[in-house]
Amino acid sequence: VENVRLLDRLSSRKAALGTLYLTATHVIFVENVSETRKETWVLHSQISSIEKQATTASGCPLLIRCKNFQVIQLVIPQERDCHDVYISLIRLTRPVKYEELYCFSFNPKLNKEEREQGWKLVDLNEEYNRMGIPNNYWQISDVNRDYGVCDSYPTEVYVPKSATAHIIVGSSKFRSRRRFPALSYYCKGNNAAICRSSQPLSGFSARCLEDEQMLQAIRKANPGSDFIYVVDTRPKLNAMANRAAGKGYENEDNYSNIKFQFIGIENIHVMRNSLQKMLEVCELKSPSMSDFLWGLENSGWLKHIKAIMDAGIFIAKAVAEEGVSVLVHCSDGWDRTAQVCSVASLLLDPYYRTMKGFMVLIEKDWVSFGHKFNHRYGNLDGDPKEISPVIDQFIECVWQLMEQFPCAFEFNERFLIHIQHHVYSCQFGNFLCNSQKERRELKIQERTYSLWSHLWKNRADYLNPLYRSDHSQTQGTLRPQMAPCNFLYKFWSGMYNRFEKGLQPRQSVTDYLMAVKEETQQLEEELEVLGERLANLQKLELNDNKVKSKQQDRSKQLGLSTSNNSLANTPQEYSSDLKSFPSRSPSQGDEEDSALILTQDNLKSSDPDLSANSDQESGVEDLSCRSPSGGGCLPSEDSGKDSDEAVFLAV
Amino acid sequence: MLRSGQPLTGPNRKHCREDEMLLGTVLDEGERGFIIDTRSAQAAKQARMTGGGTEPKSSYPQWRRLHRPLERGRPLQESFIKLVEACNDPSTSMDRWLSRLESCRWLSHVKAALSTACLAAQCVDREEASVLVHGAEGTDTTLLVTALAQVILDPSCRTLMGFQGLLEREWIEAGHPFHLRCARSAYSHARLKQEAPLFLLFLDCVWQLSRQFPFSLEFGERLLLTLFDNAYASAYGTFLCNSEKERRVGREESTHSLWAWLNQPGEKKKYLNPLYSPNALVIWPSVEPQSIQLWQGLFFRWIRSSQYLEEAWAETQRLAAGN
Repeated sequence: VENVRLLDRLSSRKAALGTLYLTATHVIFVENVSETRKETWVLHSQISSIEKQATTASGCPLLIRCKNFQVIQLVIPQERDCHDVYISLIRLTRPVKYEELYCFSFNPKLNKEEREQGWKLVDLNEEYNRMGIPNNYWQISDVNRDYGVCDSYPTEVYVPKSATAHIIVGSSKFRSRRRFPALSYYCKGNNAAICRSSQPLSGFSARCLEDEQMLQAIRKANPGSDFIYVVDTRPKLNAMANRAAGKGYENEDNYSNIKFQFIGIENIHVMRNSLQKMLEVCELKSPSMSDFLWGLENSGWLKHIKAIMDAGIFIAKAVAEEGVSVLVHCSDGWDRTAQVCSVASLLLDPYYRTMKGFMVLIEKDWVSFGHKFNHRYGNLDGDPKEISPVIDQFIECVWQLMEQFPCAFEFNERFLIHIQHHVYSCQFGNFLCNSQKERRELKIQERTYSLWSHLWKNRADYLNPLYRSDHSQTQGTLRPQMAPCNFLYKFWSGMYNRFEKGLQPRQSVTDYLMAVKEETQQLEEELEVLGERLANLQKLELNDNKVKSKQQDRSKQLGLSTSNNSLANTPQEYSSDLKSFPSRSPSQGDEEDSALILTQDNLKSSDPDLSANSDQESGVEDLSCRSPSGGGCLPSEDSGKDSDEAVFLAV
Repeated sequence: MLRSGQPLTGPNRKHCREDEMLLGTVLDEGERGFIIDTRSAQAAKQARMTGGGTEPKSSYPQWRRLHRPLERGRPLQESFIKLVEACNDPSTSMDRWLSRLESCRWLSHVKAALSTACLAAQCVDREEASVLVHGAEGTDTTLLVTALAQVILDPSCRTLMGFQGLLEREWIEAGHPFHLRCARSAYSHARLKQEAPLFLLFLDCVWQLSRQFPFSLEFGERLLLTLFDNAYASAYGTFLCNSEKERRVGREESTHSLWAWLNQPGEKKKYLNPLYSPNALVIWPSVEPQSIQLWQGLFFRWIRSSQYLEEAWAETQRLAAGN
């Protein structure tokens, strides 16, 4: 469709005119401006809702909201065209079969072996070995090898040595969805462990010998403690209500040596609504500080993040400080349980704070344990009531921790944002379906590619320059404080306002420090080499001179200090009184600013080339695309270098 | 950019030929200027009853007046006290924290101050027009705006020396009554009439700029905290008294200058920003609520360990020094 306008949320003046394209996998908007022809690409799987708004004199507005929080406002001149686009998009964004998804057509031009290798990058068996299993207390069990016991669990589960197959099967019959207690994390240092399950089908008075034996087995697997904690991550009221439906929670009287604890985290529906409310605040036009703070509090979002974090802290403390094992569950053991176990693991074990370790953590507690990716993130068109930002919340917990402990994580914010992006993008096969069983049935590994190897290839973009493996922050357990004045939860504008460049700090400290770090490393290595050479050589004047001039050239080339000068930016509208500057001609400012924009060649970034195709997520490998992946580029939301984006001029 | 006190128009709409001529000399024939009045239109009008007022359009035809009300005086001090109380209250739950923060209004004041300073800067940089800033006395919100606008506009004000010069010029010499304004701070029950944290508000705004433009200021948070401390209680004479006139009585002979101490090579490096890279351009901050954050380094300074953040800063310094 031609002559479509793409509006800017913060500035109604800055509308770009161009052509809108719909393909099998993307919505693409190409600007008419002949030199740049800037493209905006949006994957259908990213689209969360499409809203057709009332036709105005200027055309038919169409609002597209994405799961990665991008909001695109289009104005289509003809009502008929707008309606057609709307209907098409509705269909395209509600795939019915898995085969319609992008990952099945995405082609990064890797051969079969490379694809396989990609999938092998994260190996859970290796991970449990790293933890120190199998050992005297824990072992692998193949009781679920054909998914016969629990179809949402993996084929390989880790259980206490004293838990026989009989006990496991018996226990699974007493657990919602058959999700029996299994090992999530084992602490070598003191034998304390984190296990996870779903709620017991205890109703008001039902008992199950095998389930009680299962919990005893977990306790016995930790000789250092004579009890275990059982943590129910639901609010007490909800858990009690479940009893009426024949489910519920563990009665301390029936299970010997357990200490039961409720940690009230709300359910998926509350979380869905919370996010919705927060996004509404983000869409406000020129909100006051009051509007924003009230809106944010009203949504309850940060309160929920804190609840998840506090649960993780409680469990980490139990394991690290008390040396007591913990069994965690919620209702079905695949949402809050996943969040809380993975936060706790992250706090306990520095390995999960490395890039590889983080991938392993997600593979373990989310992918293998049957978190319902399809239902929660809408791979396929399904029940809207199943949709909920569960993994988003976990990812935000990690970000909050990164803000408080800047040296503790090997990866940076961009890593988290890209992972979140790909949970919804369906460009890779990792987050498809609802269980390992479904993924194997669909032969995901033979037909799609792994996100992990893609991220790993580009890991230079995801490193945290402040991370040092020998730093005190990176050792051992992280111990965040719980009181609000001790751990301030911030609004994550890098995620929720990701695409509003006017809001982000213009200059990326992370990128700069990474570049410095690399340069310093290079120079140090060179210095070493040269030092050796000098020691070996006689005093040859000629060589010395050559060496000196090379070093000078290099520091000129890198020019890290001068590159920041090109970060011109434009003023936003500072007065709500639009008539402040009536004589201004709007175009003036734009030209001025574009003249000041220089592309930065020196700072390495995962951003694609800024000229054309800046937002490309191509099904075809684009060699000009700066992002070194084999074709999958990400929207250039974090290009602090592309500075003309900033909002608008005073009228 | 000019600053002044309010014109003493009074209830009888007095004129002053000399004042009109003075402002006239600033503008060329046909040129236009802006007056940013930091009081609301209503407050400015009411000021006439007590002898003050605004510039009448007829007498200053080339000047366009804009009202940008900024909080000052007692209400600003109350806002500060409330915020400090909220931060110190261990019983604040996450449920209520944001609304409590909002009810202090401190962040709204930061937003308003930054917006007004940006407006003044826009007049100069974008409109290429002269701008006159005044409130009532010209000693509080006026200085906040002009000083902040210069940090935004002028790269030399963002250097360590340049910033000190700015403080000398726009706050100290310009007559901000430090002795009255920075008396007892937030914990005191005394509630002095003349006390108000304008200078702290300025420092907070500068901190917001440093967060949004981490490479563009030659100094870091530590300098801002030191200035905050010294404005209230100092071993040095720099922030003494309320005006140049008061200070002239023996300050130089009897006291030491804060700047002299700060600029010693050994001290200086503590205040420098390792990421600094001179940025010749104007830095336009975002004043969206998401972009304005609570200055944790100041408001949580004694409440919460900043160990991890300090370690991160040390690491940053180490890396940047490697370059």
